[in-house]
Amino acid sequence: MIEIQNISKTFADKIIISDIHGTFEKGKTNLIIGASGTGKSVLLKCIVGLVQPDTGSVYYDGRDFTQADKEIKAEIRREIGMLFQGGALFDSKNVEQNVMFPLDILTKMHEGEKLDRVNFCLKRVGLENINKKMPSEISGGMKKRVGIARAIVNNPNYLFCDEPNSGLDPQTSILIDELIQEITQEFDITTLVVTHDMNSVLGIGEKIMFLFKGCKLWEGSREDITHSGVKEFDAFVFANKVMSALRDK
Amino acid sequence: MKEFGRYVMFIGSLFVRRESFKTYYKLVLEESIQIGIKSILLIALVSAFMGAVTTVQTAFNLVSPFVPRFVISQVVREMVILELAPTIMAIIYAGKVGSSMAGGLGTMRITEQIDALEVMGINSASYLVLPKIIASLLMYPLLVIVAGFCGLLGGYLVGSIGNLITPYDYIYGIRSSFNEFTITFALIKSFVFAFMISSISSFKGYYTQGGALEVGIASTAAVTSSVIAVLIGDYFLAELLLK
Repeated sequence: MIEIQNISKTFADKIIISDIHGTFEKGKTNLIIGASGTGKSVLLKCIVGLVQPDTGSVYYDGRDFTQADKEIKAEIRREIGMLFQGGALFDSKNVEQNVMFPLDILTKMHEGEKLDRVNFCLKRVGLENINKKMPSEISGGMKKRVGIARAIVNNPNYLFCDEPNSGLDPQTSILIDELIQEITQEFDITTLVVTHDMNSVLGIGEKIMFLFKGCKLWEGSREDITHSGVKEFDAFVFANKVMSALRDK
Repeated sequence: MKEFGRYVMFIGSLFVRRESFKTYYKLVLEESIQIGIKSILLIALVSAFMGAVTTVQTAFNLVSPFVPRFVISQVVREMVILELAPTIMAIIYAGKVGSSMAGGLGTMRITEQIDALEVMGINSASYLVLPKIIASLLMYPLLVIVAGFCGLLGGYLVGSIGNLITPYDYIYGIRSSFNEFTITFALIKSFVFAFMISSISSFKGYYTQGGALEVGIASTAAVTSSVIAVLIGDYFLAELLLK
């Protein structure tokens, strides 16, 4: 479980996120949603430590991450897997080397064991026989899946996904969402997904946090989204014509 | 001054939370091939032509019959060893290798590859930059030696083929009144310049913010800053070691 308390961040006198608190549960797909520019990615970066929050704390299963020294932070980070918006695959390494990278650096496994683990993870995300391909030779959806394989290869306790569907067609988006949810349940990890895709919200939103102008306005599950009682949240959800038509029906 | 402070802190950050020796060994080998072996042709070509041109121009200027011809190769030797091989090659090295380092790191930054390393608990600066600096420190002095040899060889070939100086006079001039310290001085310069170029270029690339345009700006800034640092360093080293 990840708990955040009173997280605030300001860039050049502009408040990006303000006093955000909440918990992200283990074994569930937790979503942070909101329109572009509401501070979702900054909040995610504060949680994983890529951005230092001005105030507040992040706890990983009770361990204070924000105040921890570099060694403890590095230790906690080794339990983290993250899927970046563009995949963030290393251009100079092929698919196999990309997925194997965390094992090379963080473990003392033998080559054979590492290769087995890589092949298992690639198979798990539906990719086989592309081990030797370079990132430039595979599609956007495949890059995301390789990114997921790399994120889970070291058996993380926490999985973070920043806009996993951006730039993907609807069908591939659904596949990626389902994959994230399956992996979360299968490995019983705490997953946090930042998105503004309503398909994701409806498909995998077991616990949803809605941000508006840097503040948390609503929290609930996908079952609650039609009766949130929050004007800004309704405007976000029903901006989608299909959702709007469903509501009118 | 603020930028210089950031640079010093950046250099300091390379030495904390390092990875295993095996990891660096592999990376240093890869970088050495990338920045050393792949630069040999350019360095050899440029230095050979510079040696050749220096020979032709020195011969052109030595018109007095009282000055022996072997002085041409003495001048070429001093020029090549003291300045052309370590300093002018450093400028070429900054243009080729420095811009490539800054561009590569800048691209990694904007495509979140550096963030990916950080999230894994890896000190990205140390992992990415330290091997580049070590590889530079290993390879650039070797490139300077190659440049010195090719410069003198270029001068020899052009001097002989163009009848500017006999091969015997050329070799005699190169060996006459030779001060071995010039080699030591050239190698000291090569180590200093290798460190300056690789660290400054990496610094510029590592802190790139924005998109493709900023990566280009970072590459240009890396070359500009490295060249200025090399020229200033060249002057101070000459003042310190040749007086």
